Amino acid sequence: MPATPPILHPARAARATLTRRDFLQYTGAVGLLAGLERLTPAWARPTGPESNPRPTILSGSDGPIDLTIGKVPISVGDRRAKATAINGTVPGPLLRFREGDEAVIRVTNELDEDTSIHWHGIILPNAMDGVPKVNFPGIRPGETFEYRFPVRQSGTYWYHSHSGLQEQLGHYGPLIIDPAEPDPYEYDREHVIMLSDWTFEDPYRVLARLKKMPHYYNRQERTVFDFFRDVAEKGLGPTIRDRLDWGRMRMNPTDISDVTGATYTYLVNGLAPDSNWTGLFGPGERVRLRFINASAATLFDVRIPGLPMTVVQKDGQNVQPVETDEFRIAIAETYDVIVEPAEDRAYTVFAEAIDRSGYARGTLAPREGMEASIPERRERPLLTMADMGMDHGAMDGMDHGGMDHDDAGGRGMPGMQHGHGHGGRGGMPEPGHDGHAAGARSAMAGGAAGKGDLRPPGTLPEPKPHGPDGHGPGQAGLPMMTRSRLHEPGIGLGEDGWRVLVYTDLKAVHPNPDLRPPDREIELHLTGNMERFMWSIDGVEFSDAEPIRVEYMERIRLTLVNDTMMNHPMHLHGMWMELENGHGEWIPRVHTINVKPAERVSLLVTADAPGPWAFHCHVLYHMDAGMFRVVHVSEPADREVQP
Amino acid sequence: MRRETTPHARGGARGVAWREPTARVSRGTERRAMRVLGAVGAVVALLMAASPGTAQVMDDEIHTFVLVDRFEYAPGGDARPLEWEALSWTGGDYNRLWLRTEGEYQTEERTGHVEVQAHYGRLVAPFWDALVGLRYDAPVGGEAGDGRAFLAVGLQGLAPYLFEVAPFVFVSEDGDVSARLEASYHLLFTQRLIAEPELEVNVALQDVPAHGVGSGLNDVKLGFRVRYEIMREIAPYVGYSWTRRFGGTADLVRAAGGEAGEGAFVVGLRVWY
Repeated sequence: MPATPPILHPARAARATLTRRDFLQYTGAVGLLAGLERLTPAWARPTGPESNPRPTILSGSDGPIDLTIGKVPISVGDRRAKATAINGTVPGPLLRFREGDEAVIRVTNELDEDTSIHWHGIILPNAMDGVPKVNFPGIRPGETFEYRFPVRQSGTYWYHSHSGLQEQLGHYGPLIIDPAEPDPYEYDREHVIMLSDWTFEDPYRVLARLKKMPHYYNRQERTVFDFFRDVAEKGLGPTIRDRLDWGRMRMNPTDISDVTGATYTYLVNGLAPDSNWTGLFGPGERVRLRFINASAATLFDVRIPGLPMTVVQKDGQNVQPVETDEFRIAIAETYDVIVEPAEDRAYTVFAEAIDRSGYARGTLAPREGMEASIPERRERPLLTMADMGMDHGAMDGMDHGGMDHDDAGGRGMPGMQHGHGHGGRGGMPEPGHDGHAAGARSAMAGGAAGKGDLRPPGTLPEPKPHGPDGHGPGQAGLPMMTRSRLHEPGIGLGEDGWRVLVYTDLKAVHPNPDLRPPDREIELHLTGNMERFMWSIDGVEFSDAEPIRVEYMERIRLTLVNDTMMNHPMHLHGMWMELENGHGEWIPRVHTINVKPAERVSLLVTADAPGPWAFHCHVLYHMDAGMFRVVHVSEPADREVQP
Repeated sequence: MRRETTPHARGGARGVAWREPTARVSRGTERRAMRVLGAVGAVVALLMAASPGTAQVMDDEIHTFVLVDRFEYAPGGDARPLEWEALSWTGGDYNRLWLRTEGEYQTEERTGHVEVQAHYGRLVAPFWDALVGLRYDAPVGGEAGDGRAFLAVGLQGLAPYLFEVAPFVFVSEDGDVSARLEASYHLLFTQRLIAEPELEVNVALQDVPAHGVGSGLNDVKLGFRVRYEIMREIAPYVGYSWTRRFGGTADLVRAAGGEAGEGAFVVGLRVWY
């Protein structure tokens, strides 16, 4: 089995930066080696039964990039399928820019339906963002659309269709931007690891099935035998109470993913687990892995048994290094990690679906053709009453009881104590401690609280009971209490005896330049009715909703409250969201935030980009069902001159 | 509404039931029912078309669901009845056109009974659709009697503790009032082997002897079916179906030579799309 050569930094000597010429020379060399210049370099070369052409690398630094969207026959594992591919490959080509470039990308539509490309996480002019009916009309069949925007950031990003369900059929690819300044983290080589989910079904049929029978793909429901097993383990009384609790709420504790391994094959760089995508390393090298979750409906839990991972970037934004053994990557998120495999052996890159119904798998190895053992899948987790916002503080065994809360209130720093009682994780920062810094800073920045009675920027939201608005028939079941869960690893994680990354681990490398307190808080409830596969925001689906209007340069606190029992990776286009995770000025910037069941998350947004921007859940089928809004930032002319 | 193809008709509310003087369904009755159903359909179509359209997100797509919940045969019984119960909806998340049919056909005697309903349904609470529409009953085969049309009002939804429930009230064209409650539950033995206990209760306010109905509690029907989902959409099943009639309804059945209570093993197929 051939393996993927390193994409850049071929020598340790080239550690600090990579010049454009180095890069091109390198890709050219690989092309010659493979003898098929046009189809290589292969950052995800064939290794299994797949005989597909592999994705290429296109540099955008020297001129326009041409992309063509078309229907292409491919193999996934040992089955044939028809993909909606970019330049004939799944994933599409790796686009590489340098910070400061002017990106010019011409996209030609060879489908018989409209298409589009959205540059996920890229800050760009509104008309280039690529969401049909929001930013532009879309790209009609036979047409070519020229995207043109200045590249003003660096890091790991990706791009994908924003039309219909094309994303499910392979319409996605990685987008890497090299920094203008030397990278703060040294590494010898790097690999892109793009995770995705593939179904051989028509995605519209998948959606129709979910609408008619929302648990269609859940083949891990609790059975009569589970009942008896629980009786044996926990006793009759508790088991009956548990079943009655779920029954009364008309909810299903196994409802973790809508679309599962019952239909999905999970892919690494377009390759099924048996095809074993392989990335090479030299023992002792520092290897940067750029993980991108391009799935339509799958959150992955990623680990490399035997290799600790140092997280250095999320969503293209550098973070202070955090060493961990496993991290959850929600749909549309990116995480960059650095590993240092010292031994001359293979390591399995294991990405388990959140509901444990399947996995994506690749290998890091010093040579081609090697493989390491594949871990057993863990048992599918169950939602708890904490995920329903019930039984607050008891079910999850964490210290969210009244005492902490009172304590926090007494010190005038509501919410700060979250995570305090959460021991047992090495390297976990002390949110309470940092909270002090945050409070002090914002006091210096002019006002201990935001305007009105908003709490200081960067702080965690305090727990809050749900208000009287039940959001109508679009919302089934209401959490009694929603609270910050940023310090929790999430369902099914954290019980294995190894470290798991949590959102409170993330700290920016540089202090945030904008320490203004928010002008206004916008609270949005993520709502759904699983019995009908209805998904919405504040109980209203997109087509019935008005845009969210924001003034140009207004500083908004966006508070997202998940009233449902599913995870929702929420993505804002066009502007960064600053995740208020208790680290004050070291507030990390994100383009996608996974909101856990019954969680209350707040993010700060400076509305510095005029125009209509999409804001939606990145579970493709949730977005399509209506969990989508337009955030409309007014034109600068609408506002008085900035001070 | 199906045009009957068999020469004999016999009425019955699900299962072996009462006998009655029979005659062919009049074409007039049928046409009248068709016109009313057509009008209901047109209203529903207008309501659903009124929702605004956007192309970016397909949250106002129209879907159509068809479920043949029971299509079964009781090989052991005297009458060897064939029974069915099916429903469908067409619409979006909130507004739907519902169609239901159920009925039975005695394969030995070549008589039977068909019930067809059409409703406009609206999601009124997270787990509940409110339905309003029409029901039309007709005997099939034999010297079948007249059909009957009803106004139907009901709910369809999921009650706490995961019981699927459908309570309905019917007012016949003659002003007779009756009610029906259906409830079922799902019990998983494995991910594919699923048991479904069912309950149906019928009550009536007035005696309507011409249609075999006594006032008060008419009948209770219990079923227990175990299906195997070859795929979600296709599941053969076996089960037991038991019916007990009460009061005046039982008397009418006995007078016609039937039994007040009876049970039968059934085999059938559950399919949906």
